[in-house]
Amino acid sequence: MLKVILSRLFQSILVMFVLYTITFFLVKALPGNPLQGDKAMPPHIMAKREAYYGFDQSPLEQYTRQLSKFLQGDPGFSFRLEGRPVAEIIGQAFPVSLQLGVIAMTIAVSIGIPAGCIAAARKNGLLDTLSMSIAMIGICLPSFVTGPILAEWLGRALKLAPAYGWDPAKPATWFLPALTLGLAYAAYLSRLTRAGMLETLSQDFVRTARAKGVPGWRILVRHCLRGGLIPAVAYIGPAFAGIVSGSLVIESVFQIPGLGRHFIKSIETRDTPVILGVTMLYGALVITANFLTDLAGIWLNPRLRKAA
Amino acid sequence: MNSDEKGSSLWLDAWLRLRRNRAAMVGLFLLILIGSSCILLPALTDFLKDPNKTDLVHRNLKPGAEHWFGTDHLGRDLFSRVIFGGRISIAVGLITTFVSVTIGIVWGAIAGYVGGRTDAFLMRVVDILYALPFLVVIILLGKILEPLTDQLTESTVHLVAGENADTKQLVSTRNWVEPLTTLVPVFIAIGALSWLTVSRIVRAQVQSVASLDFVEAARSLGLGHFRILFRHILPNTLGPIIVYTTLTIPGVMMFEATLSFLGLGVKAPNSSWGVLIQEGANFMLTNPLQLLFPALFFSLTLFSLNFLGDGLRDATDPKAAKD
Amino acid sequence: MIRRALSLLCLLLCLAGCQRETQVEKANRDKILIVGNSTDPKSLDPHLVTGVIESNIIRALLEGLVADDPKTDNAYPPGAATSWEHNPEFTEWTFHLRHDGQWSDGTPLTAHDFVFAYHRLLHPDLAGPYAEMLYFLKNAEAFNRGEITDFDQVGAKAIDDHTLHISLKEPVPFLPDITRHYTWFPIPRHVVLRFSKNGNTISDRFTPWSDAGNLVGNGPFILKEWRFNDKIETAKNPRYWNAANVKLNGVRFVPVENFYTETRGFLAGQLHATYQLPPPLVDKLKAEHPEFVRQEPYIATDFIRINTTRPVLDQPKVRMALSKAIDRKLLCDHILQGNTPCGTITPDMGDYQPDHIVSYDPQGAKDLLAEAGFPDGKGFPRFKILMSSSGSRGTVEALQAMWKQTLGVMIDVQPMDWGSYISSQQKLDFDISLAAWTGDYLDPSTFLLMWTKDNGNNNTGWHSEEYENLLAEAAHQSNPAQRLALFKQAERLFMEAQPVLPISFRGRNYLLRPEVKNWHPLLLDNHPWGALSLEP
Repeated sequence: MLKVILSRLFQSILVMFVLYTITFFLVKALPGNPLQGDKAMPPHIMAKREAYYGFDQSPLEQYTRQLSKFLQGDPGFSFRLEGRPVAEIIGQAFPVSLQLGVIAMTIAVSIGIPAGCIAAARKNGLLDTLSMSIAMIGICLPSFVTGPILAEWLGRALKLAPAYGWDPAKPATWFLPALTLGLAYAAYLSRLTRAGMLETLSQDFVRTARAKGVPGWRILVRHCLRGGLIPAVAYIGPAFAGIVSGSLVIESVFQIPGLGRHFIKSIETRDTPVILGVTMLYGALVITANFLTDLAGIWLNPRLRKAA
Repeated sequence: MNSDEKGSSLWLDAWLRLRRNRAAMVGLFLLILIGSSCILLPALTDFLKDPNKTDLVHRNLKPGAEHWFGTDHLGRDLFSRVIFGGRISIAVGLITTFVSVTIGIVWGAIAGYVGGRTDAFLMRVVDILYALPFLVVIILLGKILEPLTDQLTESTVHLVAGENADTKQLVSTRNWVEPLTTLVPVFIAIGALSWLTVSRIVRAQVQSVASLDFVEAARSLGLGHFRILFRHILPNTLGPIIVYTTLTIPGVMMFEATLSFLGLGVKAPNSSWGVLIQEGANFMLTNPLQLLFPALFFSLTLFSLNFLGDGLRDATDPKAAKD
Repeated sequence: MIRRALSLLCLLLCLAGCQRETQVEKANRDKILIVGNSTDPKSLDPHLVTGVIESNIIRALLEGLVADDPKTDNAYPPGAATSWEHNPEFTEWTFHLRHDGQWSDGTPLTAHDFVFAYHRLLHPDLAGPYAEMLYFLKNAEAFNRGEITDFDQVGAKAIDDHTLHISLKEPVPFLPDITRHYTWFPIPRHVVLRFSKNGNTISDRFTPWSDAGNLVGNGPFILKEWRFNDKIETAKNPRYWNAANVKLNGVRFVPVENFYTETRGFLAGQLHATYQLPPPLVDKLKAEHPEFVRQEPYIATDFIRINTTRPVLDQPKVRMALSKAIDRKLLCDHILQGNTPCGTITPDMGDYQPDHIVSYDPQGAKDLLAEAGFPDGKGFPRFKILMSSSGSRGTVEALQAMWKQTLGVMIDVQPMDWGSYISSQQKLDFDISLAAWTGDYLDPSTFLLMWTKDNGNNNTGWHSEEYENLLAEAAHQSNPAQRLALFKQAERLFMEAQPVLPISFRGRNYLLRPEVKNWHPLLLDNHPWGALSLEP
């Protein structure tokens, strides 16, 4: 086990390095100048500014300079929010996205997985059709549609929760954004859980158990849940990494100061240090999430456990 | 189990079983209906109004005999726009999903089946691609592909219309060729970016199936790896793959709209369901029908696909055949 | 079990949501004004920014020589200066600062702070992006370019602590207007220097002097907190010279980028004023909430840039044909609600009322295109119209249809992300482009100076010696009426060439709660925060 973890750690460092390098040069290749606002400035001022940021050096020199700083733990300063440390920007936004993401994922898992199991157990029954139809609605309606609808209806008309804004100290403000985000993921999870469960339910050992007279729900929980959750778990890993590193639509619909808005803005303005900072954070999350997913996969699949 | 003997009747059996599934058949029927109207209606000239003809004075009309779905915010016939948009969305949905799911299946199956270093390498590539800022990739792809697309359009138009075509023929050929050729970058961009989760799901499924008894049995019979993987393992993972495929399609169709606002994909004034929904969302409070109609077509298609997908899964389930 | 959990959840939600007073109600009690400000400022250092967003906040924190009047654009109430005089040629100005002026930390505000500010912004090493705004000063440009290094030669001098002398390179009758722009504001010399590298470097670019907690200002409010994408909180400055008449306890700026969200937030009682009402919602809200909707003129123009270096588009007739084919009234009535159609680039301001040169004329457009060699659009190349991905797709599609239906010309739409859009425009790597310009001060020069040969904001490839001569003549003219007449002549020349096709003068559509008092329509939209009050 230790060997698995160590080797994975080594791979992760490699992945982070490659990720940094590719992202750096991709951003450099984008048309546009991060120092250029919507108003042009005289060339002599532009030249000074470029020199200040080291843009007059070759991309390779800039890369090594920035990378060595990054390795020392200094992701640099934003161009867009001029002079602001990237660490401060991410430090403000990430806790918000993390909080929203964790709540939304909790909603998604606690609705999606039971719904998927019930649907699989009652395959082609009323509950199945009903829950899967609701799930399909959740999948068909993008969150820029469901968000405003929920906000107008639950928020403004019924006044159940604030229709706008985010306050880490006021749980009421979490409700609508987390629900909008969570329901979309719940829909996906329920569909995947149902499919995974059905796959397991048709395996030979289930037939045997059934033939032996083991009760249906017991088969479901004791024998099938593990195997049946495999696709859902494979999906949750990267989805979780994505959800906690910010979701632009929800943040913009509910006016939430999360990471997603910073990320999109930083790309639009070619704000390299912020792009790299967020990308590396997201990279680390993806790597961790996928590693945990793999571990969960091993745990869910007894035979793999033996192999490991 | 003799796979050759099975193979001959597998598809027929599946079809017979599919036909017994009412939801799947309704889905199939609706799909054929929507698909054929989107493909055929535009060909019947005079039947549909010009989807791009604006009439600002008569914008936001309510549905009526003249305009079945009313008109949009620029006074264009919404019914025509939904039908024409469906063409593009269906093409995008099917082709890009096919591309991305194929890549995902092959990648994930190899990783899951071979395991070891190959698995580690393939999955770390997936990790990197996950984390790459996709917007940057799209902007760059757009920059690179835009001139190529223009060339592709030009040469396709000339190829289709023939050497001696006059201006009028060129224009009319262009009208239907162009919406398709401009989609090529979308196929590439989405195909290249949206196979990651598929590959992870397939890998996990393959890993779990590969350790089951019948695979051991096949291996001990001395069957080749390729055959074991694609003949014995993958069919047993088909359920989640089909489901995830039906889940990919809506995502891909909406993604196309995002790309369109960044300059890749369908070019204004042409539209797609995704673009219509995104634009309609702006009029949600003032003119909900502009969101409702495209969303309805979009959802109906996906519901149908979904029920058909479920039916297909049941019908092709290799174990169900034993019942 | 489930039912109990559900009822508990409902109860919690009701407790949390139903009874709580709205933010606006709470803010009314606390006398805090909450305004939507679209997006985060790039910085709060007035020397590092160029935009309107920044101006809105900086005007709360710092004050220039002349203040803004809440009721009209054309009054010049005293700000940091109590009085000023100028020579008949409008080139030498003397400002007398108030003697009780002080910074929010109690340090006296002197003329040296102004000179220091101008020195810093013009310093070549600082590379301030909007140093051009100070080029009105004698020798400022040479100093900024590094051609002279002695700041004493630049036309800004502190005669004594309370007298500032300004020498201009040419007559500027509207100088009081200009001094209301943040590039002309003072900055606290003692604080800026304290946070700089060695404690005395004027040109240090990034120091935390403008961070919350450090920033010391002379405006009606002081900076309390800045949370990115969330809010900028300001509180009343008790040391402001007119603090006795400041009725608000603070202004909170909220960066809401999604204007639909902003409108919803406003209607849910979270904001006193929004930044912008999305055009599709204008009619609906006018019908449902006429008490909130404000539609006011603004000094911004929507127009289309033409790349006049491209073949075919280099013909004035073609450009004029494209321009005459645009039915501007139809656009403003149905898509750009709140805007007014225009046939020229500069909106009316004070005594300056330019002629509208171009208007909708489909037959004239067709004839011109035929004269240019493209009857009914035959043989016309397929150009692309560039737009930013956040631009109005409806406008572009309507334009596309107008050109097609009137001229038989097909123009493709080319949306791009913001960075690529700006870059393509500045590299002249486009055919036609949807653009806009917002004036910085109330003088036509803010719309006209940019169309000269090497100006970075021209981006059309068009230039004309005659045009530049007219502008130069106007610049040396000290008679205000004659000066404006020359501008008018220049504008006519520019518009007859049509390197840009004017579409509409932008209106400001926004929502404002009725309890906000002393908020009046202003062309520059610079509502003096200190003069506002909340009376629910």
